[in-house]
Amino acid sequence: MENWVAARKNMTASIIKLNTTAADHHIAKLAALAIGLSVLEAAIPSPLPGVKPGIANIVTLIVLARFGWRTAAWVTLLRVVGSGLLMGSVLTPGFFLSLSGALSSLMILAISQHLPARWFGAVTHSIFGAFAHIAGQLLLVYFWLIPHMGVAYLIPIFAAAALIFGTANGLIAAYFLSVEKRNVACA
Amino acid sequence: MNLPSATDLFAYFKIGDWFVLFLSVLCTVWLTLTLWHGGAADHAVIRSGGKIFSRVPLSRDQTIAVPGPLGITQIAIKNLQARIASDPSPRQYCVQQGWLKQAGEIALCLPNQVSVELHDGKLGGSEKKYDSLNY
Repeated sequence: MENWVAARKNMTASIIKLNTTAADHHIAKLAALAIGLSVLEAAIPSPLPGVKPGIANIVTLIVLARFGWRTAAWVTLLRVVGSGLLMGSVLTPGFFLSLSGALSSLMILAISQHLPARWFGAVTHSIFGAFAHIAGQLLLVYFWLIPHMGVAYLIPIFAAAALIFGTANGLIAAYFLSVEKRNVACA
Repeated sequence: MNLPSATDLFAYFKIGDWFVLFLSVLCTVWLTLTLWHGGAADHAVIRSGGKIFSRVPLSRDQTIAVPGPLGITQIAIKNLQARIASDPSPRQYCVQQGWLKQAGEIALCLPNQVSVELHDGKLGGSEKKYDSLNY
């Protein structure tokens, strides 16, 4: 009996503590911001499933420019999982579609980030990311959900959406980055 | 926070950004043109009584007489288009359908068991890519 009490004391005494660093907190804050934007965006009605602005990617673009690809990848993947949990869509087709879109965008960004920053800004990365996003999604749709060439008929619509929203998100990210730079210069 | 005006937006484009934007516009236009061309037809398959009566290219203007149980159905081919010019069927649905222009279009004269269907691809080579559709 005494042993049992001792064991129980030990159990309650032990706390699970994750050792988090400042960098982890930083990533968590940025991911929370991105999750907030994607939940906000889920309220906007869309004429075609899958056509949406993707404003959460503005966070990815800013993080990519300021903190590099590793942090951007963490923030983006945490956003996909986090907003999936909030929306109750984890392991549904929609979840895998946004995951495949995010993964292919990140792969393209890993390459495009090496473009000379003098000539290529957030708009470039945003357009590349947006096209990679729809490419990844359509490949998953074709190989998993609708294995029919009729899917190709929708490509022009998705490409036009990627073009418009990719440019818009890139401009917004470029704006925030320039404001940030100006504020740093003033301080 | 002062939001930029519409003209200020151009300041956020770098030279390479314009280049990438131009490329992606080209890419989108090209995708639209190639995927939405609608499938130009180049030959017609004429059936009578369920059997293929003949396959004719649309490049030569001509009129073809196809016999059926009720009489002769005339099929006209002109300007890469095809239509049923006359038919002995009582309600004339297939005649009223008019000119067929794109691959996959079909006119059926059921009482006389004659049909004309437009195809793309090589003469005699391609058949329909699907064998059923459902919604």
